[in-house]
Amino acid sequence: MTSLNDSLSAGCPTGLAPPELTNAPDSSAFVRRVGGQNRLGLTVRGAKCGACINRIESAVKALPDVETARLNLSTGTLDVAWRGDLGANTIVQAVSALGYGVSPQDQNRNVSDEQREERSLLVALGVAGFATANIMLLSVSVWAGHGEMGESTRRMLHGISGLIAFPTILFSGRVFFRSAWSVLKRGHANMDVPISLAVTIAFCVSVSETLRGGEHAYFDATVMLLFFLLIGRFLDARVRRKAYVSARELAAMANRTVTRLGEGGEARSVRASEIQPGDRILLSPGECAVVDMKIDSGLSEVDDSLVTGESVPRTTFVGMSLLAGTVNLSQPLQGRAIGAASDSLLSDIARMLDAGEQRRSTYRKIADRAVSLYVPFVHTSALLAFLGWLMAGLGANEALLIGVSTLIITCPCALALAAPVTQVVASGRLFRSGTFLKSGDALERLAQCDYVIFDKTGTLTLGTPRLVDEIAPDVLDDAAQLARASRHPFSRALVEIAGPGPIASGVREFPGLGLEGLIDGVTCRLGSAEWIGTDQSDITSSSLWFSKGDEQPIQFHFADHILDDAIETIRTLKRAGYGMEVLSGDREEAVRDVAETLGIANWRAKSSPRDKVQRLEELQAKGHRVLMVGDGLNDAGALALAHASVTPGGAMDISRSASDAVYSGGLASLPRLISVAKQARVVMLQNFGFAAAYNLVAVPIAISGHATPLVAAIAMSASSILVSLNALRLNTMPERL
Amino acid sequence: MSGLLILIPIALGMGLIGLIAFLWAARSGQFDDPDGAATRILVDEDRPLPPSENHDSEE
Repeated sequence: MTSLNDSLSAGCPTGLAPPELTNAPDSSAFVRRVGGQNRLGLTVRGAKCGACINRIESAVKALPDVETARLNLSTGTLDVAWRGDLGANTIVQAVSALGYGVSPQDQNRNVSDEQREERSLLVALGVAGFATANIMLLSVSVWAGHGEMGESTRRMLHGISGLIAFPTILFSGRVFFRSAWSVLKRGHANMDVPISLAVTIAFCVSVSETLRGGEHAYFDATVMLLFFLLIGRFLDARVRRKAYVSARELAAMANRTVTRLGEGGEARSVRASEIQPGDRILLSPGECAVVDMKIDSGLSEVDDSLVTGESVPRTTFVGMSLLAGTVNLSQPLQGRAIGAASDSLLSDIARMLDAGEQRRSTYRKIADRAVSLYVPFVHTSALLAFLGWLMAGLGANEALLIGVSTLIITCPCALALAAPVTQVVASGRLFRSGTFLKSGDALERLAQCDYVIFDKTGTLTLGTPRLVDEIAPDVLDDAAQLARASRHPFSRALVEIAGPGPIASGVREFPGLGLEGLIDGVTCRLGSAEWIGTDQSDITSSSLWFSKGDEQPIQFHFADHILDDAIETIRTLKRAGYGMEVLSGDREEAVRDVAETLGIANWRAKSSPRDKVQRLEELQAKGHRVLMVGDGLNDAGALALAHASVTPGGAMDISRSASDAVYSGGLASLPRLISVAKQARVVMLQNFGFAAAYNLVAVPIAISGHATPLVAAIAMSASSILVSLNALRLNTMPERL
Repeated sequence: MSGLLILIPIALGMGLIGLIAFLWAARSGQFDDPDGAATRILVDEDRPLPPSENHDSEE
């Protein structure tokens, strides 16, 4: 068990992510053997800085036979390779003991698709950048030599430009060509259609101009267009990879193992997916049930706060059903699986997540809407310019050149950059204040919310009980000597106050009753009123009694505390006009207390995961856009369904996967998150405004035939730079809600 | 004119060297973990050989 001293220095030393003191899952089933080497991929949660890399890598490398250990901070993946018979669980434990969350990755899945896409975009971007710089070098000399340069020199420079541009367009442009083609086949159009068309036509016209010895070739503009567009594409892919990482965390969740007991009673650890209904299962103390099970033998206490939000542990009895997500606290339990892992509450919630995810994917991003307005406009104006000049009596060649320059200059460079640049800057700012955004469009959805639903346990409150009473130090010391031997939340709360210290001799835990041990030769008991044998009337479920020998028993009260910054946060949100509601699975009086203290008028207690989802649907049917804030397993469905959702860093991993953003550093992060999201939305709209204004100026210039390659190059880069600079303003905007 | 014939290949060649260096870096995975690379530079690698004690809890 982790002592208090360890837990103080556990996790990321910067405090960017809270330490995770959960038990590591059994990972031996996930080791791959590659050429005599054992390899294991682990998803590490909570590693955020260089010191984390150092701690984790050196702890793993210090294990015997480990050859390499490398942590990728961007994806949170630790790759370990070793020889010999070192157990996978030793490695997992080494990382887990440092206070990081660990789960094994199933390498049968193709994990590197997203990474490969990002890398190929980066290479395409690099090639386009090289070509842009070199063609610009040649183009500048053509522009500078205007009127003085001989035709043959100009043709040679254009020729070299063309030779550079051709392979570049084939290589870097295939991203757009492929996407445009696949959309066209289905009879639709997206932004890649005008891009592909502009690039192809501009290149062909430039080639014919070069052969003719003409003055204007658009090789530079063509390649520069690709370069700018690829920057947008690359940033977009990078933001999306973050979302992918969290999807993989969800998959890692399912990679839990279960201890199955054979006919002869021998224990084997198997993947959760292999469990069949009726299998005998061993649930060790500290372990979290992965499948729903019915208890056959053993007496213990279980903590189902993750499932129901109920903060007081329950005592088990034979025949009791445990839902997946329940944590066993004190003694080993044996039971039978009621259903397969795929029928458990956990999978039910996973299905709710899927449903929510699908609904969310129908959300149309602002950028997509802007593009659908934009595409017809580009084509029409270019076509009109061409036809107009043709009818006005200009030669087909000149008219085509004007049409092409219109197509190039209106091509959506700034439009393509407007959204990704804003998202990257905003998520960078949030990252520095300890909030992790999972997808780019989460910002847009966050900004639109007008109603906030809070879970109680772990979100508005600490989630773990705290000692309320002032207790004499010597009594506290004695009680703590017993409490240190137990995993019960009340014992943990006592130890937290008392600090590290000795453990009484011969401590025994009686599930459902309490602890007994010897201190200074005197028998001491810590537990329920019935255990102590007191006749006091003040008996509540959230208190402990301590007795030493024949002395008068002393009562300890525990309560779940409201977070320090909760009141201030609720006040800020109320001032900003948000509707608020508390939705909890906990007892009625506990929920009412919290809601009243915080000044939230609407609250519902005893809500099952299904109830939460229903309430959310009700509100959304009324036209509210709901922001869900919650941390428990029972919130996961609601988190996935809400218009936007946020979860604290200490939340259950499934909840983190279901939500759009994960915050650390208290509830005060919430107003900050919303304010940055709103500002980002404003900046994004401004950027689209800039892009539109740019076109209002550029289109008349192009249609009137004044868009020379020089003008096109300046206009295109100026608009892209303007949009990027505007997005950077997000870094310095003051927070306001 | 003859100057151009020398200078343009030199300019392109230098650009090409840069491009090749970039492609090599991208292919060998140097851009796969930008967050980690930024902080790894601060990691202190001076440690006693062999790494006997766990001296990382105070860092």
